[in-house]
Amino acid sequence: MKEGKLFDIINIFILTVVGLVTLFPLYYVFVVSFTDPAEYIAKQGFVLFPEKWSLLSYKYILSTASYIRATGVSTFLATVGTVLSLMVTATLAYGLSRKRLKVRKPLMMMVLFTMLFSPGIIPHYILVRDLHLINNIWSLILPVLSSGWYVFLMKSFFDSIPPALEEAAMVDGYNDIGIFFRIILPLSLPAMAAFGLFYAVGYWNTYFNAVLYINDSTKWPLQILLQNILIESSTSSQGSGAAELMNEQQLPAQTLKMAAVVVATTPILMIYPLLQKHFAKGVMLGSVKE
Amino acid sequence: MKVLTGIRKDVFLYLLILPGVIYFLLFKYVPMWGIIISFQDYSPYMGMWRSPWVGFEHFVTLFKNPDFFLIFRNTMVISLMNILFYFPMPIIIALMLNELRLKRYKRVIQSVIYLPHFLSWVIISGITFLLLSQSGGIINKLLVNFGFEPYNFLTNPGIFWQLLTVQSIWKETGWGTIIFLAAMAGIDPQLNEAAKIDGASRLRQIWHVTLPGIRHVVITLLILRLGSIMDVGFEQVFLMMNSAVTDVADVFETYVYRNGIQQGQFSYSTAVGLFKSVIGLIMVIGANKLAKRFGEEGLY
Repeated sequence: MKEGKLFDIINIFILTVVGLVTLFPLYYVFVVSFTDPAEYIAKQGFVLFPEKWSLLSYKYILSTASYIRATGVSTFLATVGTVLSLMVTATLAYGLSRKRLKVRKPLMMMVLFTMLFSPGIIPHYILVRDLHLINNIWSLILPVLSSGWYVFLMKSFFDSIPPALEEAAMVDGYNDIGIFFRIILPLSLPAMAAFGLFYAVGYWNTYFNAVLYINDSTKWPLQILLQNILIESSTSSQGSGAAELMNEQQLPAQTLKMAAVVVATTPILMIYPLLQKHFAKGVMLGSVKE
Repeated sequence: MKVLTGIRKDVFLYLLILPGVIYFLLFKYVPMWGIIISFQDYSPYMGMWRSPWVGFEHFVTLFKNPDFFLIFRNTMVISLMNILFYFPMPIIIALMLNELRLKRYKRVIQSVIYLPHFLSWVIISGITFLLLSQSGGIINKLLVNFGFEPYNFLTNPGIFWQLLTVQSIWKETGWGTIIFLAAMAGIDPQLNEAAKIDGASRLRQIWHVTLPGIRHVVITLLILRLGSIMDVGFEQVFLMMNSAVTDVADVFETYVYRNGIQQGQFSYSTAVGLFKSVIGLIMVIGANKLAKRFGEEGLY
């Protein structure tokens, strides 16, 4: 069994290296953000383990109005947006999973086609503009409320709920809306939690739609502000919302930038353990096929 | 009539799906109507109804434009490099994880390598700059420390595509293993037992048992990936792009964004987007047909 042992050792070694390669950039971001600014400057950024830890960069980031505001916008998106997305997607998916629905086939074709063909950026932009949603935070929620992909994933989940359940509830005098909210939804909470977490991450990471639809820097979600902070060079002092963050104090730009990255990532790291339980479910749940 | 009585009987069921149906009609199908402006000289003041028709003029302009060759080539190269170098990675790592007998350690590695999937491209491009910038990046600091010249990673057209590929591998390899691990979990353990009794080494077991066991999933995913060849992770490209690498970085969406949103050439850029979507649609349908010919399930 010598050959097996060697195999195991090599396998463990390579996987460990893969893990470390994945972790190193994150570790480095973390370390830089906590490095004492004076030390960072003295070592010219060559810090793999700080001698002196410091919260200065965090204090500065977290006391910056634009950062707080952008975090608020993204929190709104990730909460309100997620709830609305779940509602719209789950109700449609549930309906499509019921064989009683007469227009089921054409509706499914309608949803499927949106997964195969998209008219592109400009027609979407024109629609949002014509709805007067430019510079409106709802432009980051309404156009992405649902997607064919999630509808079909949820549908295949609801497919597993037997019709006998709703028939019994109908005898008790519930209508379909009542059945959905009082019986089906409570039964589906674990699945809803999984889908909700995926939606929440999507909203939290909203970037390009905000590039398209939000010009007003007071309404920027976090990712846009973050991007502006990240590309700001330490010497520039333009009056953008992000410049406010930079170098009014003697803090080196890098530690500030990385503190901003860490703060923006923290919510994802916090829900990560929750997410993890549902990974397989989210990826594997059924195929699109009827 | 039958449909109507059906609707009357299940009226609340129809009310339940109404918001979703409205969403799809308004935000997915109304924009499809907007495609007509690619055959017009659309001006925002005249709107879709009164803008003059120009037929295929914008498409002719596009095909004559030297930029067209560039964005088409860049899209293809970025996609093909992704398929060539990223696509096998999750399969390899999943095979290795599947062989890992320390179950706890396996879970630790999985937790670590799934994580980057959830980070936004803004954060990943930010980290890339932190690591690779020529003046302050830690990688260049290390290079200099070991006596090498600092290397230009970020504004170097010669390695832009490779840079994108490495980013994609770092971000998505771990996440990509999930589907293969699930497929491997479905392989009958007796097959491995039998192979072991026949004296097959671990590598031979992988080759003769595990790989054939996930063959279907691999083929299906590969074909579907080929079907979406026109789609590059364009937030990634958009964020990594700079003036030094435009010629190798520009893809359909970045081109549409620049010409349409920033310069207001709505009709022309809608035509560009439409061209991309139509080719994309043809590729998906073709890929799906191909999948079915291989006896796989396909997307629909």
